Amino acid sequence: MTATRAIDTIGRDVGHALGAFALGVVLLAGFLWAAGFDISGALTALWQGAFGSWYALTSTTLVHATPLLLLGLAFTVGARAGALNIGMEGQFAAGAVAAVAVGVHAGTLPAIVAIPLVLGAGLIAGAAWIAVPVILRARFEITEVISTLLLNFVATAAVSYAVTGPLQEPSRIYPQSAPIARAARLPHFGAGSRLHAGFPIALLIAALLMIVFHRTRWGFRLRAVGSGARAAEIAGGIATTRVVAMALLWSGAIAGLGGAVEVSGVSYALFQNLSPGYGFTAIAVALLGRMRPALVVVAAIMFGALEAGSGAMQRDAAIPAVGIQVVEGVVIVAALIVAWRRPR
Amino acid sequence: MTASLIVAFGTASVRVTTPLLLAAIGEGIAERSGVINLGIEGGMLAGAFAAAVVATHDGTTAGVAAGAFAGILVAFAFGAIAIWGRTDQIISGMAVTLAATGLTGLLARRVWGVAGAGLSIPTMHLAAIPGLASIPILGPVFFDQPAITYVAYLMIPIAAWLLFRTRFGLEIRASGEGPTAAAACGVAVTRVRISAVVLGGLCSGVAGASLVLAQVGAFSEQMTAGRGFIAIAIVALGRWNPWGIAASALVFGAATESQFLFQAAGTTIPYQLFLVLPYLLALAVMALATRRHRGPAGLAQTF
Repeated sequence: MTATRAIDTIGRDVGHALGAFALGVVLLAGFLWAAGFDISGALTALWQGAFGSWYALTSTTLVHATPLLLLGLAFTVGARAGALNIGMEGQFAAGAVAAVAVGVHAGTLPAIVAIPLVLGAGLIAGAAWIAVPVILRARFEITEVISTLLLNFVATAAVSYAVTGPLQEPSRIYPQSAPIARAARLPHFGAGSRLHAGFPIALLIAALLMIVFHRTRWGFRLRAVGSGARAAEIAGGIATTRVVAMALLWSGAIAGLGGAVEVSGVSYALFQNLSPGYGFTAIAVALLGRMRPALVVVAAIMFGALEAGSGAMQRDAAIPAVGIQVVEGVVIVAALIVAWRRPR
Repeated sequence: MTASLIVAFGTASVRVTTPLLLAAIGEGIAERSGVINLGIEGGMLAGAFAAAVVATHDGTTAGVAAGAFAGILVAFAFGAIAIWGRTDQIISGMAVTLAATGLTGLLARRVWGVAGAGLSIPTMHLAAIPGLASIPILGPVFFDQPAITYVAYLMIPIAAWLLFRTRFGLEIRASGEGPTAAAACGVAVTRVRISAVVLGGLCSGVAGASLVLAQVGAFSEQMTAGRGFIAIAIVALGRWNPWGIAASALVFGAATESQFLFQAAGTTIPYQLFLVLPYLLALAVMALATRRHRGPAGLAQTF
């Protein structure tokens, strides 16, 4: 591919993404208008909350973009192999629970040990949480779509149990965990900033995935299975089942890392509703990013802005933040129709 | 276990089963045509919302009609995207559910203010069927229920008749098993699939209405809590057959209500375990059920 054609392709992809995104915001404005809300107040709050200041950009938009980026990459790993992990919400929760369970006991350790331990716990827990759907798919040919989805509800209940039972804070008044040890918290970029080391970690994972997809044998197999499982098996001699299983395990692991990064970078404790539906929003992120890690980064920042802005919209213009899900739904549909339509 | 406890448990199980059964019957018809619709979760939620709003002013019957209409609208949106737009059914369904969740959340705030919850929704009265209701144990459990439960019962033979005894049913099943072959034989696959999906959407809307008007008696954001997704598991467990779907819906209803039994028994097991029981059951039965009986061969295939 020549340089100009590459730039053309990227330009077209970014154009599609921006178009889908704009369509979502326009439709949100339409719904707000139809429901009798104050549109201009809402959109001003949305913009100010996302990009209005350096603080808004770094300390809210990029902070919200971090879990979306990790989960978007998680979805990408599975989808590249042709498997749809709809259970990222559950793996995110599993990662958060494990990270907090380790993090509250890390008081005596130096940060250089504690942080990798906490993040590693999240990775392993995420992979463990998706292990059942992986087995069900490999052994019983049960679609991972439903099995991963159902486990989300189990994860929600498990977090509820953890914060009222084994992980509840010592005074046992609030349904939340004790804060994790200082040593286990991710460093921030300067005093007063909420932007934490999780964002560069997520960027690093994106870069690693670019290398894995295009420079490794496993990445090649993954893409081969994703673009045609039977052909890959028959003509390519690839063990499809094993490649898909590995892709899903890594998908779960990265989603679990997302949960660990969130508790060690932002919340420092486990709560009932740690994720405002990041696991589902991230599907839109991955689709809009066309399953390409570099574009997923751009899409994650766009959605991080939306999440950040929806908070401001609820605060300043009394528009329920749940309305942002309308935008997300519309963006997914637009991205599907523009870029992911099956040719007849 | 005393007889009164059995009756109370059975009655509650049938009440919990009603929305699951309605949604699963509709989803079963759609899946027989080759379309898996994850948007029924959104259809149920929209149906629940519409039913709550309309029933407050015009009574429960109008509420059910409004729920059906909302379910049809959501299913039509899904059908337009997934079938006419020829996009991935699973992701389209997720998107439709997301959008419906956001829309109902917005509108709920508009209607009921900051809390976004409608708390005083009229509920359906029990309508005992004379004769049948006086059968010991089975009578009060199955035949002293709100009218919408009997509608759900009626849907079972109607769906079976539609799928296996009519020309349209044959076309639905052909579109689901082999869309290309069906099209070659003159079946308008796209139109059949849209019709089946809209029919399923109608059922999901009525299911949402039954959740509000016959079970909970209130509306709150995201109140369907994955029941639409459970309905999809019920379809697989019921082997894409209305009678099987009815039986497995009842199993799920009973599993959900087992919490009630254990509480009555005074156990110390954390209540969250009972909350997850239906979901774990769905996973287990899918592992056992789908191996023996595959779904329609053309399921989730874009045509």
